[in-house]
Amino acid sequence: MNDSQPITPTPVAAYSPGTISRVAALRRRLAPTGNTGDAVFRALLGASAVLLLVVVVMLIAVMWWNSRLSIAAFGWGFLTSREWNPGREIYGALPYVYGTLASSLLALLISVPLSLGVAVFLTEQAPRRIARPVTFLVELLAAIPSVVYGLWGIFVLAPFLRENIAPIFSTTLGWSPFFSGSLRGGSLLTGGIILAIMITPIITAIVRDVLSVVPVAQREAALALGATRWETSRVVLANGAAGIAGAIILGLGRAVGETMAVTMVIGNRAEISLSVFDPSYSIAAVLANEFREATTDLHRSSLVELGLILLFVTILINGAARLLVWSVKEK
Amino acid sequence: MTNRVMTVLTAACAFFAVGILVLILGYIAAQGLSALSIQFLIDTPKPIGEGGGIGNAILGSFILLLISSLIGLPIGIAIGIYLAEFGGRGFGNLIRFIADTMTGVPSIIIGVFVYTLILAMRDFAPDFPQFTALAGGIALALIMIPIVARTTEEMIRLVPVSMREGALALGAPQWRVTLGVVLPAAASGIATGAMLAVARVSGETAPLLFTAFNNSFYTYYIDDPVSSLTVQIYNYAISPYPEWHAQAWAATLVLMTLILLINIVVRYLTRQKF
Amino acid sequence: MNQTPIAARPVVADAPRATSEATPPKISVANLNFYYGKSQALYDITLDIPPRQVMAFIGPSGCGKSTFLRTLNRMNDTIPGTRAEGRVMIDGQDIYAPGTDVVALRRKVGMVFQKSNPFPKSIFDNVAYGLRINGMSSSKNDLEARVEKALQNAALWTEVKDRLKTSALGLSGGQQQRLCIARALAVEPEVVLMDEPASALDPIATQKIEELIVELKRQYTIVIVTHNMQQAARVSDLTAFFWLGKLVEVTATEKIFTNPNQKLTEDYITGRFG
Repeated sequence: MNDSQPITPTPVAAYSPGTISRVAALRRRLAPTGNTGDAVFRALLGASAVLLLVVVVMLIAVMWWNSRLSIAAFGWGFLTSREWNPGREIYGALPYVYGTLASSLLALLISVPLSLGVAVFLTEQAPRRIARPVTFLVELLAAIPSVVYGLWGIFVLAPFLRENIAPIFSTTLGWSPFFSGSLRGGSLLTGGIILAIMITPIITAIVRDVLSVVPVAQREAALALGATRWETSRVVLANGAAGIAGAIILGLGRAVGETMAVTMVIGNRAEISLSVFDPSYSIAAVLANEFREATTDLHRSSLVELGLILLFVTILINGAARLLVWSVKEK
Repeated sequence: MTNRVMTVLTAACAFFAVGILVLILGYIAAQGLSALSIQFLIDTPKPIGEGGGIGNAILGSFILLLISSLIGLPIGIAIGIYLAEFGGRGFGNLIRFIADTMTGVPSIIIGVFVYTLILAMRDFAPDFPQFTALAGGIALALIMIPIVARTTEEMIRLVPVSMREGALALGAPQWRVTLGVVLPAAASGIATGAMLAVARVSGETAPLLFTAFNNSFYTYYIDDPVSSLTVQIYNYAISPYPEWHAQAWAATLVLMTLILLINIVVRYLTRQKF
Repeated sequence: MNQTPIAARPVVADAPRATSEATPPKISVANLNFYYGKSQALYDITLDIPPRQVMAFIGPSGCGKSTFLRTLNRMNDTIPGTRAEGRVMIDGQDIYAPGTDVVALRRKVGMVFQKSNPFPKSIFDNVAYGLRINGMSSSKNDLEARVEKALQNAALWTEVKDRLKTSALGLSGGQQQRLCIARALAVEPEVVLMDEPASALDPIATQKIEELIVELKRQYTIVIVTHNMQQAARVSDLTAFFWLGKLVEVTATEKIFTNPNQKLTEDYITGRFG
């Protein structure tokens, strides 16, 4: 130990004097540590966070502002009118709203049982060495771009449905309005199935998350009572109900906004039909097809209003889903 | 008995999901390989019957990813740091909620938004270019930012508090602790998140339809319209010509190879953690 | 740690300054209350710590001794929702006064943590970190000299001088802790706070740390939290006993272990609870 080093008691730091100017007050708010670098650092980071807020506010404001012509011309009737006719400058959203909802619900109908099955298999049933690669492969489904699903849908799925699946439904269930007519090109069914494949990895991932936070104690309690694996899974599923609901709603949010794949396989005809074999149209698809070519202000404004509706619906859906998923995960 | 049945049923679900993946990837490989050639990878699109390729689309995709990464990654990472280091209270939660909501906004809406802004600019300045690589890059960046922000935040939160305290106790100001100790410790995780965000936007088509648009020629000017793999695939896929369909499959094979590569690299890099 | 009987402690015997009123206290705490959110963790603590002595804080776990230690360099500020009332004076300056530069405070009041927390950098860079952050070296040679001196002061130099460029994470637990001490000493603090610095170490490593503490008090004011009463007896001049967030008694170590003023202290020391 070196004793020669001088020990000079110096006053702690250079304190700023007692009076606090407004600048100093702001600086303290930004950096409670009293360090200028920290204040700058925090201000820069905060600015980027504010930028995100500004973008979202602008997004909503710009969409709203550019919908004003259409809102003024059609009011609430926009939502209930079935006619979309650029030639006569009459625009009604109903066929697109219907097509969007119908294809998304069809997708949920197929995807929810499938996703729950996959998630339960991966978290509850499969041994680890199978669960891990299968998890990765199912997640890979989410990495495939929308346009690639569309390509596959056009050239593989649609012909397959037309030749092998649709005839079976037609002969057995052709009497019901849902399966009337015959499947030719693009259809609600093709769109729904493609969407189902696309949202399956999303719902599966969230359900897996939710199931894995169900306490081990609960599983063990069920097992200790002599419950079988499946009975235990049922207990676990019941406990994660809110989170699973969140996962399903999140999947719905994704399906509602999917653009390319749907545009490529749904048939793009603005008609409302109950039959899944008939072509349909979705909000996102009509935006992709018509927005660039819209020539009149009212046409463009009506398209932006469609976009605004889609934006609000997805914000609503996502907000609700997040709250549900958070409520489970943060317990 | 029910137990058995349910095990079989859930396994069947998993098998089905994996089967679909294999089917899709298999088709892409089979169809794509037959139309793939070196010439195809460097040529520009040509009229029917004359061959042509996706060289300019590959370059265009690369340019778009570069622009979006240059804009989106720094801002996204900065927001992520903000959320992790200072975002404890009301404003932080608001930003978190907005970021999560933004990731759920359909990408076509982002395209509509950017295009609408450009149209507004053209009302003031008629010379303002309608379709540009820059606009496409910005649209993609807007999609990246919330994703990168949230993964960055999560990765920073994984850095042990003790390391942070160790540096603070030495009289290091917060910003130096964050930049010099915390970020390096979280670097691999943040890089992983960034790569996944790049992979995600590399597959985007919808936001490019009215922003970067398309181009049949090589260009590297950011105020030119620019082609991209995804838009090229879309245009070929909805065309009536089998020759172009074959080219769409080949282009898809190229795109999927890129995306799968990123995903597998990410999986490899993060394998110890999970 | 029982191999050294209490009677054999070498330190306390020659600590006449323990009760001296002549030197002004290095740290002077008056009426300190501390809260985690709504729950109060410290009640009305009043305490003086004289310069260049070792003061030990003892008490059952959860008694507030670590919390109190962390109020002395405002490390608790990093935990959201905490609040301190009252006064903590260091060299006559209130460290909780508005406008206090916390970064400068922590440079002056160093800290060693319970779990060693080296940065994932080389041994050299760990010690050099605080020097670089604080701009404390004039040249490369100066930096190297300061690092060497800090490592020598922490009794680690001979063990690591040939591997300065290797990762600090390759050191043993005891070496890592001494590295953290070296890191704290390198920035030339005046006070060193130690939060159970030896609790995770084996007896031999513990003994090295204890010898080091005794050495260091020639130059530094040291405050050490320990759950090990023998350790307090071996290394400290003064001992403060905390119980349920209150300071029960503070006296010369020799006295507190032989003839404490309070019944509660005696009960704790004789092992009747805790």
